Order: sequence, then structure tokens, then C-alpha cells
Amino acid sequence: MTAVPTPLAPLAAVKRISLWRRYLRRPLGVVALAVFAFVVAVAVLAPWLAPFDPNLVDFRITRAAPGGEHLLGGDSAGRDVLSRLLHGARTTLYGAVITCAAGVLLGVPAGVAAGYFGGVTDRVCSWISDALQSVPGMIVLLVVAAGTGQDFTVLMVALGVFLAPGYYRITRARALAVRREPYIDAARVAGVTNPRILRTHMLRAVYAPIVVQTALTAGIAVGMQAGLQFLGIGSASTPSWGQMMNDGFQTMLTQPLILLWPSIALGVTIAALAFIGSTLADLISVRADQPSRRSRGAVRRELSTSSQVPSGVHVHEVCALRVENLRVGYATESGVKEVVRGVSLDAAPGEVLGIVGESGSGKTQTIFAVLDLLPAGGTAVADDIRVAGQAVDKRALGRSIGYVPQEPMSNLDPCYTIEHHLVEPLRHVHGLSKADARARAREVLVRVGITDPDRVLRSYPHQISGGMAQRVLIAGAVAGRPALLVADEPTTALDVTVQAEVLELLRELQQEYGMALVIVTHNFGVVADICDRVVVMKDGRIVETGAVEQIFRQPADLYTAELISASLDDTEGRHELDELARVGGEDETR
Amino acid sequence: MTAPLLAVEDLVVDYRLHRKLSLRALKGVSLSVGPGECVGLVGESGSGKSTLGKAVLGLAAVTSGRITFDGTDITHARGAARRRLANDIQVVFQDPYGSLDPTMTIGEVLAEPLVAAGSRNARAVVAEMLDHVRLPADSVHRYPSEFSGGQRQRIAIARALVRRPRLIVCDEPVSALDLTTQATVLDLFLDLQRETGVSYLFVSHDLGVVRRVCHRVSVMYQGEIVESGDARTVTRTPEHPYTQRLLLAAPVADPARQSERRAVWLALRDTA
Repeated sequence: MTAVPTPLAPLAAVKRISLWRRYLRRPLGVVALAVFAFVVAVAVLAPWLAPFDPNLVDFRITRAAPGGEHLLGGDSAGRDVLSRLLHGARTTLYGAVITCAAGVLLGVPAGVAAGYFGGVTDRVCSWISDALQSVPGMIVLLVVAAGTGQDFTVLMVALGVFLAPGYYRITRARALAVRREPYIDAARVAGVTNPRILRTHMLRAVYAPIVVQTALTAGIAVGMQAGLQFLGIGSASTPSWGQMMNDGFQTMLTQPLILLWPSIALGVTIAALAFIGSTLADLISVRADQPSRRSRGAVRRELSTSSQVPSGVHVHEVCALRVENLRVGYATESGVKEVVRGVSLDAAPGEVLGIVGESGSGKTQTIFAVLDLLPAGGTAVADDIRVAGQAVDKRALGRSIGYVPQEPMSNLDPCYTIEHHLVEPLRHVHGLSKADARARAREVLVRVGITDPDRVLRSYPHQISGGMAQRVLIAGAVAGRPALLVADEPTTALDVTVQAEVLELLRELQQEYGMALVIVTHNFGVVADICDRVVVMKDGRIVETGAVEQIFRQPADLYTAELISASLDDTEGRHELDELARVGGEDETR
Repeated sequence: MTAPLLAVEDLVVDYRLHRKLSLRALKGVSLSVGPGECVGLVGESGSGKSTLGKAVLGLAAVTSGRITFDGTDITHARGAARRRLANDIQVVFQDPYGSLDPTMTIGEVLAEPLVAAGSRNARAVVAEMLDHVRLPADSVHRYPSEFSGGQRQRIAIARALVRRPRLIVCDEPVSALDLTTQATVLDLFLDLQRETGVSYLFVSHDLGVVRRVCHRVSVMYQGEIVESGDARTVTRTPEHPYTQRLLLAAPVADPARQSERRAVWLALRDTA
């Protein structure tokens, strides 16, 4: 009885493309990276590349124009500008590395600890971070410079201290989010020590944002450093871009070129770092690329030339919903992935249609295509989609179609009251006055079984329970008296008791308003409870359509029978199973 | 009658919401789990059933009462004492997506509890466990995002089993799965219990699931146990009105019977 059908379905061959490989596909990022690599190479090779000693004074080339031996001419003290520029890159990058290292070493451990442990650790670290941010950094840096005999390294470390709150904030936010994940609890239950959790789970989670932050921090550090040098801070014998700009600034009106060279070097380096940072940020935050118009067109062409015959049948003359040969596809690396492959179905006014299937069967994609709510990258092609006899367009949502989503809580905006959620659509879609809209909202709330509608209207989503939130969403969906109500797994996220209430409510409303109700579910118990007719889907196709009694009595398809038998209503309980397995006696251990 | 493996006596757990306001999640709950036994804990969300599991795992602070494991008081076990318990008590969570670190390969996920215990032959144990939960051996190099919900739950079960614990707290382990996947994962739980003799504290809101895997069942409502007893009795002919409503609320996959049940449920609801 317990022979497990081994689910060795071949694992999807997902190619994990490294961040590095994805980065190389971004032209802007590649250019920025190339520029930055060039600056690094110049800095490293400066002693060999520079044609002259950067501090060698030759009065003959004082403010000399570019050309001859001195490619970029000489500065106001008679030193070779090109050589000083090349050596200046060295100073600049050394300073940036010191600053970032100091920022990371201070900010990241503090941020991870504050986010993970919370409480006093968090308060103390956040207080220090806030205090650092409120101190005028430039003045402190000038004081540090004066107090340490203008030691460049100490100065850059001090700058790093001031940039550490940037690291602290992002790591703390990330650590706070990750610490609530069940896998952290699982690690603690598995006996993993706190330091080890911090080193593994936490560091892995904050790694990517830190890389981004470092590229941006390096840009800031380079700019700040040049500013300090411009003010004359730092050793005079070490050539630097800021110093060169100061020098050029004195003769800006007569010899603008002397100011121009270090400015270009500085500007290009900072821009390169900023672009590297923003490209990385893009890659990390955006998971699915917005498909281009061209790729959507390609998906559409491929879907419309698909030779597959539509699955499913039409049974009604007058339909609240009629879908003819619907196909939904997503553009992937390896061509178009079709998730709905030719679906035809219909629902009459006053009928309850169930769309049933396992996850991945395409049942949700089908109704998302009807609602025009497909996620980014999804393209739908159909011969015809009609709601209440009319072709569906954006205006149909809220007027002729009502929608009850799966997750009640995530479908209410926490920033707005329930009143706002219910009244706004009535005013804008149905053109009701504010008072009328409020009266209607109150009326439907009472209808969906909410006993104190005025309090609920004033509440924010976090102040009501999940079951109440689902009632509010149903109220919103039916407030516009739609011809078709679509419910996507409306009870999956709810307890059985609340599920029964919601199903009862849907049934009552559907009969009262004479709507067609399309309900998507994986649970045949829900189907038996509420549906008149069922469409069974598998792998994007309809395998069977029929009246509920007939489907349950005599499923035509093996897959339907399998789904029905998966419900545990009449299966053997543990005691019977133990007896069957002849491990009897164990059940009487107490 | 053998001594219970896990005994919970008169347990009270408070959650602090604000500085002054706290919520009593458990109001003096008692329960025991014997060796090799599966005890179910049923109730709706907010009934405190998950809190009890968390208290046993040391993830929720206990206000009063006692939890003993194999005769030892573990109510307030912390630090090294709690880590030693990892040898004996493990967990499978509800969410097959959040319970695996997305940046770790399956091999790393499964080896983590072993490495924490200082085990040396982690690789061999991991391979054996993957076989136990019927996943292909090459899974070790893959990442959680490449697996379906049911497969991830198998990985979570394998992680709970690698230290060969004597008790696994299962917190709604199948409620996020499709019904067909749910059935196979439940069968896996049963097989593993027979093979290894591990005990389960099985938290669920579904009486059908509990009937399938549990020997005994306790029903929780608002932080208290309102009914407990043999799984056959509690899940088929319950005595407490709350349990009766809970049982009738779950729809059965048979239109005729379901409409009868619904009528009874409606009548019960209106009188309640």
C-alpha cells in the first residue's frame, strides 16, 4: 500500500549562469569594466610606462604645451604631466582600496551581527552608524589630516570609517530579512552555532549587495580623495590627481589643458565605477528581464503557427466566458516554452466551472491570460476570448470580470485602508460619487458576512485576519456586479474552517447575482463542493471536460482518476496501514 | 507502557507583542510522544499548534511548564545543551521554498547538520540519505531552485534525518503541496518511520492528513487542547463540537456526500 511511485522525474536542466557571465552580456557594463581595468593596468605599470620621474623638475617645460617628448606638456612647476597622471592613478586606486577595505571590515560584520542578533546589539550598532552619518565628514577628515601629519593611509582609513554606515545599512537590512527565513531556524535546530550561521548563510546572503556597494563606494572614495588633495592635503612628493587639479586651477584661464587632463582621468574613473555598480545592481535585483518588443513578437509568431489542435470542447450557446484555442508562451534561452498549449473552454451565466490540475498544469496561466494579468515575459495568443459576449480588453477588468486572488494578504496594499481598496475602483471604474461608492462598499461588506463594516472600512490590511481579508477581496470583486467571477485557488492559503466559509459565500453570491464563477483549484474536494462542470488540465492541455457527477462517477482519463484518488477522504488511516504493513503492536506503545 | 520519548506538561508560552501587551499562545498544554510513534496536533491557524512545535525545538521561549525529552528536562536548554539535542530532535518546516538556503547546493544543505556535529564521512551519509528519500544522487551539485515543491520537501526531510534523530517535529510539512505530491510525501514519512523507528510530532490543519500518518491526535483550539485520543476515533467520530466542525469543513471528493456534509456543517455553524 505504501509503495511509493518513485518521482524521479528528470530534473529540469536549469543552467545556472554565473553573475560574471551575465555581466559580460551588458555592453555598458563591459565598456565600464574595460575602462576601469585600463586604469588599474596603468596604475600598476606606472613606473615602467611613465616616460619621466613624476617629481623631476625641468624649468624648460614649465606650462609647456603638449607635444614632443612631453606628450601632455608640463605643469606650472615644470614637471611632466603624463608621468604625473600615470603615477596619480596609483595613488588614487591605493586610496580607494584602503577606503573600501576599511568600510567593509567595519560595516559588514556590524551589519550582519545587528541584523541577526537584533536587540541591544542592533541598537548600539545603529546608534553608532547614525552618529557617524550626522558628523560632518569633511571637517573631521581635515582635523585627522592635521593631527596625523597628513598621513595618506590614515586619512583614507578615516574616510572608510565615514563610508562604513553605507555597508552597515545594506547588510543589516539583508540580514534582518534572511534571519526570518525558515532555513535559519532549520540550521539552529540542526545544532549549527551562531558564528557558523553568520559565516555561511548570512555572508552568502549579503555578498551580492556588498559587491554593488563596493563599486559605488570606490567611486565616492575616489572623488572625496581628489577633493582632499585639491585642498592641499597629503604628501607633496606623491603625485595625485587632486593635487594636479589644484595646480591646473591656478592657471585655469591661461592654460586650461593642465586642469583638463586630471579632470578627465578622475571623471572617467568615477563614471566607470558608477556604471559597474549600477550594472551589477541591475543584474542582482532584476530576476526576469523585461522582454523586448521583438522577442514578444517572436513568441507570438511561434505560438500562432503552432500546429497543435485545440483541446477541450464548447457546450454552451450563450457564454459568460468563452476561450477559443488559447496558447501562452514564455521566451527562454532555448526558444519558446509553451505553458498553455491550445485550450478551449466556456462557462454559461450562472454556472460554476472548475479548472483543476496540479501545479505546472497551466490552469493559473489560462485564467491569467483571460484576465490579461500574465507575468512579464508571458505572451498569450487565442483565436477568441469573450466575456459576456464581448471581446476582452483592459476595460473589462472590474466591469464584467471580478477577480479573487489566491493570497488575500499580499493582494491588499498595506499603505491604504480597506475603504480605499473598495471605494476607489467604484469611483473610477463605475463613476460613482464618493458617498455612493462608500454606501455600496458598506453594503457588499455586510453581504459577504462582515458584521462591523464601519470598523473594517477604517482598518488597514494588517489589522484584519486572513479570512476577513479574503472576504474583503470577494466584496471588492463583486461590488461592480460582474458577469464573470474568477477565483484563483481562493482557499488554498486558508484553514479548512475558513475555506468552508469562503466556498459557502462564493456559492451564495454566485446564485444571488447569477454570475458565472470560474474557480481554479488542485483540490477535488473543492470541486465536489461547489462546481457544476469541470475542466481537467495537464501539461497545458485539457485532458477531460464534463459535468461534476459524471467526472466523479466515471472519469474518462486516467489522470483525472489519479487526482480524485489523491484526496485522503476514504483512504486507510495509520492504524489500518500499520496492520497492512504487519508492523502491528507499535500503535499500542502507550 | 513504555516511558514517553517526549513529554510536555502544562506548557504556557507567551508572545510579547509590545512592551506591555503579550499574547498567550499556549495555555497549559500537555502531550506525550512515545518511541516510534506519530502524534498529530490539529487546529486552525492561531490555535497555537505551531508554537508548541517551536517550543519543543527551542525556537519559542517557554513561560511556564516543562518539556522533557527521554527523561531530561529540556524546557530551557540553551547554547551547547541545545546543540547536543540536535542529535535527537530535528524539524521539517511547511514552506518548501523558504526552508532551503537558495545559495547552497543540496550537498551543502544536507551536510550542514553533519559538519556542525563534526562528522567526517558527511559525503557518504548524504548520498545514502538522498537514496532514502528517493532523489537522484546527482542532486548534491544542484541548487534548491531546480527542484519542485515536493522534491524540496524530500530534501528537507533528508536534512532532518541525516543526524539520525529520535524525534522529528513536522510543522505542516505537506500543506503547501499538491494533493498527489502530498500523498507520496506522506507515504515517505510512513516508510521512514518504519525503517528508522523515529517519532513524529506532526502539526497539521488537515484531519485527513493526520488520520493517514498519526497514531494519536490532539486537537487544539485557542491555545488549549480540546480533544485528544486515538487517531481513528478523533478523525472519524470526534466528540468535541469544534473537532466536529473541523472535520465537516474539509470537503470530500464526492459531490453527493459533500452536499450532505455541507448541510450538516451549515446547521452546526448556525447553532454554534
